[in-house]
Amino acid sequence: MLEVANISVRYGSFAAIRDVTFSVKRGEIAVLLGANGAGKSTLFRTISGLHKPVQGEIRLNGERIDSLPPDRIVGRGVVQCAEGRKLFPRMSVYENLLMGAYVHRKDKDGIRRSLEHVYELFPILREKRNEPAGSLSGGQQQMLAIGRALMSRPAVLLLDEPSVGLAPLIVEQMFATIKQINQEGTTILLAEQNAHAALSIAHRGYVFENGTIVASGTAEELLANDDVRKAYIGG
Amino acid sequence: MAILEKRRLWLAALIAAAILFPLFVANGYYVHMMTISFIWMIAVYGLNLFAGYTGYLSLAHAGFFAIGAYALGILTVKAGWPFWLAFAAACLLTTLIGVFVGLVALRTKEHFFAIYTLCVGYIIYLIIDKWDSLTGGVRGFIGIPAPADIGPLSFQTPAAQYYLVLFFLLVVVWIMHRLVYSLTGRTYIAIRNSEELALTLGISTMKNKLASFVLSVFFTSLAGALYASFIRFLGPDIAYVSVMFDFLTYLLVGGIGTLAGPVVGTLLVTFLSQQLQFLQDYRMLIFGPVLTLLIIFYPHGIAGGIIRLKAKRGEARRLQLEARQASAELAAASRQERSERYAKEG
Repeated sequence: MLEVANISVRYGSFAAIRDVTFSVKRGEIAVLLGANGAGKSTLFRTISGLHKPVQGEIRLNGERIDSLPPDRIVGRGVVQCAEGRKLFPRMSVYENLLMGAYVHRKDKDGIRRSLEHVYELFPILREKRNEPAGSLSGGQQQMLAIGRALMSRPAVLLLDEPSVGLAPLIVEQMFATIKQINQEGTTILLAEQNAHAALSIAHRGYVFENGTIVASGTAEELLANDDVRKAYIGG
Repeated sequence: MAILEKRRLWLAALIAAAILFPLFVANGYYVHMMTISFIWMIAVYGLNLFAGYTGYLSLAHAGFFAIGAYALGILTVKAGWPFWLAFAAACLLTTLIGVFVGLVALRTKEHFFAIYTLCVGYIIYLIIDKWDSLTGGVRGFIGIPAPADIGPLSFQTPAAQYYLVLFFLLVVVWIMHRLVYSLTGRTYIAIRNSEELALTLGISTMKNKLASFVLSVFFTSLAGALYASFIRFLGPDIAYVSVMFDFLTYLLVGGIGTLAGPVVGTLLVTFLSQQLQFLQDYRMLIFGPVLTLLIIFYPHGIAGGIIRLKAKRGEARRLQLEARQASAELAAASRQERSERYAKEG
């Protein structure tokens, strides 16, 4: 569904991503594993159109999207849930969710349905719907960030480190929810450092190091791979 | 709900006070000052929409104010157009120029945008100053007619002009209110928060910034046209940088990015500088430090400061309430436990 072919990205003379090729099939959860600075976020920003690649192609269902501006890419259904839980802190939870539905702003019924869906997925958001997003706890903010991304009814959801800075119990819930979102029909590309948790819900994984892919395979293969275990799981 | 009612009451009282003002204040000078303040407020609302809500500091707005004013003057006096047609045309013409300036200027960001627009403003000033045959240059432009009658309504007296300007101000405030609480307004605020985040939500930032900029120019040109028909004399200095910084001072004192800010700031600063008039230019010695202190301690201006204070108080009250509820629940639980224990011990 989403294909990234021979993508390279540079910051000035520094090559942040070198000749990366991978794909996410419809209905899958694919995970990009890698340490800080491996280039995962840059890759996400490139897929979202915030960075233009110097070479390569990004295709959604066979059509190139790498030359489109970011807002049009969202319109095509490739939606990024930004790392670091970027919200609109002074807007209420409800208003944040509405902003997520910006591309469907004319479809009031559709927005109501998506809103109901997000509230069912994260009941706490319904409870806190009138509170400013800035007053939520870290886990709740992450839920709101994912909920807001879901409001645009993505075909492919890009999740950048959803577990970062969260308590272990919340991380577990978060991955269970991500799995549920996937089972409801959204294709997911997940960037994670938490390899064990991520591979436990993923179908396929890619290991990212220094801007390039060094290993790939199904989740089971990667979990069984000694190098991957040593580097990312410990033991 | 009660808060909303209270706010509506306050608003009604304020509007009533504004309507009654010329009836109870016999001094024509004060009515004149108030009318001028209203005109500044409209201009500052224009600036506020773009600088306050969209997050781009435009320093060309005094220039657009002047274009609106001069366009009205030239169209009525030189071209002999009927007043209200010229009035509408002046605003539209300025807005159109705003579109072109915006298309170029919005390719820059942050400081560069401010510097670029500062230059645009200065160029507008130079054009007005040097284009003698069209604008009268430094000699100024005289003979602009007062607003023409609309049916039975005549705008020849100062009081009538006061009401006309008040009417436009109220319309602008109403539009701003509707806008800020709409999806469009939230889109602008989203852009102010983070342009990148706005893009990843599917917002076309260029289109929205341009729309906001153009609307903001429209409000400011409206103020300019009103100014021309009220003062009826124009000099190139209304396009000068100092007018721009007056606008900015009103906005910063009142509260940038707030609905009440332009009204509060303009009234306060004009009133203060009137009171300090006897000090002549030395009044800046008082004014400068006061402004500096304000920016240090109330970076969000007076209206912004009050909103934040209220939010903090509301938060504190909520926490207090939650704590009280929790302790009540705890007490109830321990009571129940105790009574169960007693029942068991019999």
